[in-house]
Amino acid sequence: MSRVITIKQALNEAHLEEFERDPKVVILGCDVGIRGNPFGLTKGLYERFGGERVRDTPISEAAIVGTCLGAAATGLRPIAEILFSDWITIPMDQIVNQIAKIRYMFGGKINVPLVIRAPVGAGGGQAAQHSQSFEAWFSHIPGLQVVMPITPYDAKGLFKTAIRGNDPVLFFEHKRGYEITGEVPDANEDYTVPFGEAVVRREGKDITIVAISIMVHKALTAAEALSQMGIECEVIDPRTIYPFDYETVVKSLKKPHRLIVAHESNRRSGIGAEIVSQVVEKAFEELDERPAIVAGLNVPMPYSRSLENFVIPSDEKIKHAVLQLMDRA
Amino acid sequence: MPISAISMDESLAKLERFKKEVMKELKAPSDLSIDAQIEMFRKMALIREFDTNVKSLWKQNFIYGLAHAYIGAEAIAVGACGALKMGDYITSTHRGHGHVIAMGGDVKKMMSELMGKADGYCKGKGGSMHIASVDDGMLGATGIVGSGMPIAVGSALTAQVLKKDYVTVCFHGDGGTNQGVWHESLNLAAIWNLPVIFLCENNQWAISLPYDKAAKNPKVADRAVGYGIPGITVDGFNPFDVYEAVQDAAERARKGEGPTLIEARFYRYIGHFVADDERYRDTTTSNPWDESMDPLKRMREYLIKSGAVNEEKIEKVYSSAVKDVQEAIEHAKAAPEPDVEALYNDVYSPEFIKKYGGV
Repeated sequence: MSRVITIKQALNEAHLEEFERDPKVVILGCDVGIRGNPFGLTKGLYERFGGERVRDTPISEAAIVGTCLGAAATGLRPIAEILFSDWITIPMDQIVNQIAKIRYMFGGKINVPLVIRAPVGAGGGQAAQHSQSFEAWFSHIPGLQVVMPITPYDAKGLFKTAIRGNDPVLFFEHKRGYEITGEVPDANEDYTVPFGEAVVRREGKDITIVAISIMVHKALTAAEALSQMGIECEVIDPRTIYPFDYETVVKSLKKPHRLIVAHESNRRSGIGAEIVSQVVEKAFEELDERPAIVAGLNVPMPYSRSLENFVIPSDEKIKHAVLQLMDRA
Repeated sequence: MPISAISMDESLAKLERFKKEVMKELKAPSDLSIDAQIEMFRKMALIREFDTNVKSLWKQNFIYGLAHAYIGAEAIAVGACGALKMGDYITSTHRGHGHVIAMGGDVKKMMSELMGKADGYCKGKGGSMHIASVDDGMLGATGIVGSGMPIAVGSALTAQVLKKDYVTVCFHGDGGTNQGVWHESLNLAAIWNLPVIFLCENNQWAISLPYDKAAKNPKVADRAVGYGIPGITVDGFNPFDVYEAVQDAAERARKGEGPTLIEARFYRYIGHFVADDERYRDTTTSNPWDESMDPLKRMREYLIKSGAVNEEKIEKVYSSAVKDVQEAIEHAKAAPEPDVEALYNDVYSPEFIKKYGGV
């Protein structure tokens, strides 16, 4: 049996079920307890599991994340919540220099079962300091894993995998994706989604679109419109940025031989550049056209609605990029 | 003469202040047996010998990279760790050799690590700045000043959540006290009454900056007031003074009464790291701090004066430390280099590497 819920509900269920399953799971963050997180993601946790495991913290991101590291190293399975992923810059030393490296530096003696969960993404006029997506930064750091689910099924299943693993995870959900609905198994049915396995969201013979996070839905919208024009897009959702499933992408290219990568964060040194370069290295012979990247513009996110709309890549921009690659622009 | 951050006169004045405000005569606490006191001396000697050799080995290129000696601080690690129980944890600084030895670590494995060898504590991937003997409860040194603070808080959080009886000692330096995360960590531990002891090794120098030029109030322990926890200053050249303060703090922590900030005030009378030329301070005449303050000298004199040991016995203990270090050096020199095949091991967990190949 399955049911339809939102990503927000899926993440809430994932928290509740993992807290129930393993008494070593704890969460630290601003507003995670009594308030249940501003989006309701941790609703009910405090009431059911108490303040010992569900800890409202002062606004001290470096200490929240560093404390979670110390807790992970000594036997807990902590979740550090950062209210907006933009503020992940504050605990950056703990993430990059400690969390990512502690197992390696200390001769493999320390496990780091730690999840840092934070909403990413733009839209809604939240301007320069509440709109960013930093997946490329963390993908660059050996020792870290980066997860970006965009369906309720994946959000719940990937979150459970993140909690149960022994390596640190940056878990980035898109804040404009919380209300996206989709099918998930019944509440009592435990399942996980493995890292490093992409999903083909739509099959097509003309062009492959690798879309990150919210861009999956925009790519599907664009694909629908393009289908009316006789162009069939294959849309791939990698689900995890690292580990990344290049196999599925390369396999897909054997049909269309054209590649577009779409991500919301700005273009310069973005994850799209890495994906394209890897694909070129791995499967240059599969490409009939230059690959294209559809991404945010290289500016801080502006406040004004019209400017913001201009910066965030839309389904129209994906459509336009496809038409250009198909020589039909 | 280059510009000096502190003149010899200022250094002398500081020494006088130290003697007046902090210095205490050595007196062994009643719960420490003679054997336990001798063991403390042995560990102090081992640290001194180890780090004295590190400098010459570094100059001879047997040790690569950076290394920071624990010379002069021996009383702090040995006094503090002497007050701990099995199962307790510590976090360290970039000056971690003394912490490993104080927790009962193996000098062979540590010397191998410093020489980048495969059988070192960190398989040759950490070196001096990331020395860790996790199995002894030493959760690792860090090359970033202040960054160990929240890790100690997290270790204490585990104890509290899982209802375990252990405490965590968070060693840090005066340099670390001006990092933001220092303040955040004290605050978090305080509001949650976590079983952690923040032990500031105040050697009064952050490389070239004297602490009274880094903080308007140079008494670190005073800062405890701001976090609603006890703040205590001890003689950092006196292992018994450190021992008693940590013992009290650990007892409070185990009872659920929360953290304590202990400032072990002493003085770094050696260079910041192995190759420090100390051009930032006046060392033109003899340094007033070394002879009079030397913790090993003080401990040795106390043990003889108190009748615990005679000259011959103390010499024997010291010689055993010399021998242990010499053996460690020979061992490390002969130990194998790490295999390139092992390069990617431990970037991720073994199960991750099995599934994805590690890169």
